[in-house]
Amino acid sequence: MLETKANPNISKSTGLPRKRFYRARAHSNPLSDSHFPVPISPSHVDYSLHYPHFFPSSDQSDSSKKIQFADIGCGFGGLLISLSTLFPETLMIGMELRDKVTEYVKERILALRVANPGQNQNISVTRTNSMKYIPNYFEKGQLSKMFFLFPDPHFKEKNHRRRVISTHLLDEYAYALGVGGIIYTITDVEELGEWMKACLESHPMFEALTEKELEADPVVELLSSATEEGQKVARNGGQTFRAVYRRVTPPL
Amino acid sequence: MEDAPIEDGENHKDIEVAPALISVHPAQESVAVTVGSELRVFDLHGGSAVSLVDDSHGPFHKDSIRAIRYGANGKLFVSAGDDKLVKIWSTESWHCICTVSSEKRVTAVALSNDGLHVCFADKFGVVWVVDLDSVDSNQALVNKKAAQMLAHYCSIITSLEFSPDGRFIVSADRDFKIRVTVFPKKPLDGAHEIQSFCLGHTEFVSCLAFVSTSEYPQGFLVSGSGDSTVRLWNISSGSLLDTCEVEMKAGLLESNRRGEDCNSAITDLCTIPDCTMIAVAIQSLQGIVLLSCDLSARTLSIAKVVSIMGETFIPTSSRASFSAGLLWMVSGVSNLRGFDHHSLARVRVISGFNKSNLDPQEFEPIVLEDNEIPGGYKLLEKLQGSVVVEEKVFLAAAEAVKTAMSNLLVKKQYSVEKREFRKRTRNDRKTKQ
Repeated sequence: MLETKANPNISKSTGLPRKRFYRARAHSNPLSDSHFPVPISPSHVDYSLHYPHFFPSSDQSDSSKKIQFADIGCGFGGLLISLSTLFPETLMIGMELRDKVTEYVKERILALRVANPGQNQNISVTRTNSMKYIPNYFEKGQLSKMFFLFPDPHFKEKNHRRRVISTHLLDEYAYALGVGGIIYTITDVEELGEWMKACLESHPMFEALTEKELEADPVVELLSSATEEGQKVARNGGQTFRAVYRRVTPPL
Repeated sequence: MEDAPIEDGENHKDIEVAPALISVHPAQESVAVTVGSELRVFDLHGGSAVSLVDDSHGPFHKDSIRAIRYGANGKLFVSAGDDKLVKIWSTESWHCICTVSSEKRVTAVALSNDGLHVCFADKFGVVWVVDLDSVDSNQALVNKKAAQMLAHYCSIITSLEFSPDGRFIVSADRDFKIRVTVFPKKPLDGAHEIQSFCLGHTEFVSCLAFVSTSEYPQGFLVSGSGDSTVRLWNISSGSLLDTCEVEMKAGLLESNRRGEDCNSAITDLCTIPDCTMIAVAIQSLQGIVLLSCDLSARTLSIAKVVSIMGETFIPTSSRASFSAGLLWMVSGVSNLRGFDHHSLARVRVISGFNKSNLDPQEFEPIVLEDNEIPGGYKLLEKLQGSVVVEEKVFLAAAEAVKTAMSNLLVKKQYSVEKREFRKRTRNDRKTKQ
């Protein structure tokens, strides 16, 4: 019989990691270059490591399947898990700066894969600074959806430059998103909501979705309900501010 | 220094060593050398030293100049650096016709081929643009405001280059990345459309240049890096065409060093116009490596290693002119500690790059003696300054430049304890200027 040492951080009853052992501050400094490996280019991303079910060997001969959804600042992984069943054939990745939180999501995904065979094989997480390394992970136009759920507001004016949505960074997100791809943002901080909307509105490569389009998109509802952060806001009866935009070809 | 990235510099009070730079007028009408904050220009046409005229008070630049450049049509010259000023000079009158203030120290400059725009990059990764439309060479001093055009998030931009057809602007940073952006009709509104990223270097990218001929007018991008390689790229797709491990291929690694993990960084590179050769300055070499670029096969190969004999000469910068078939090199530093002379510069010239010598097999580069170079001793006196500097000082200078480049561009690896210590002692408050 296989004797395995019980990992004290994993609940014996559910098999899922216990959040209290992965406590981390809500804030992490994106300016500090932490030490995590960064792929030299998108072709160096190890798909067999992230999605072993779809890529049984490291030889990526079936390179037609690529990551299409990216959850930037995925936190504890709530959105990814919800999207996983909604789009079972789509590969998705969460990007998170905090070490402990990334570990938590890794454990959670592994545990879910064991508990529900065949499911959650299309989601994974990586510890990285998405403000610097998006081009290292994704080829031009590779993504069809990008998520920025409840990003760090960086309230002080001198820290506004650390915000994950800014005019300059939108250039890179527009690069990674294919034309027609959608960027979803949501926050409970009104000022940040206005900021993100203003950045997207003034950027020549993004165009707002109409109310009709928002209603028709099944993902939109998940923005406020699927994540721990979103659920907390709902519990406290807070307001949320959404900005959902489509990547378009810039005018000549 | 406000909002400095955490790994940036231990002592801001210490004045950093700055490498000497050289730039040559496209038609070789003049040569410019900078050592620290001094800008020295020699007029080859008239055969005399140039007196610069700037209506601003005090020295032209108050701190080390980090980037200089002639415009493609030879009418303009730009200098910029640690004093957060970008100065644009007319090459006819050598008057400073325009000064632009930058929020941060400037690390790279580029001029659009039509001479209408000047772009400069700062130490925090932002590329700014100034339009020169309303600037007239005959007008008195004009102060212009720059607009933000694009940014490499929180990275130091080491080099800026326009593509030969002017369609793209390429920016390289210390995070191993090269970004190719479409240069828009209205750059002041921002350059948002990224054409590609050229990814492949495994260390900071230090320099960029374009190789182009009449057959291949769009040109190919060449880049040098701290990883000791020079790479050839297709900028439309961002694909890596070839990698040349310069140190290894040129046989520069001594047999007893082979086991060690020492990577001599590529410090500078430039294309020699009219032939598809690239001159590469590498930290370990007292001389220059000439690479040949085969544009149809899209490959790079070592053509020749030119050693400078008789003195310690490790070039810190090199440039070639379009017409005369000469490669100009400078080796030097400013703010060198521990010696009588803190600034020094030495200029050497290599000839033999004439059109008739396109075949790398027959090509014989000649290192010119001091009296053989255009402008002769008069030029050397102006550009080098009149001090005679000892050998050992040049050796110390080369080491100092190497350390400075490493401190600036190589990411520091801290142990966990050191990181915790740094977190505790860091001070995010704005320092009073």
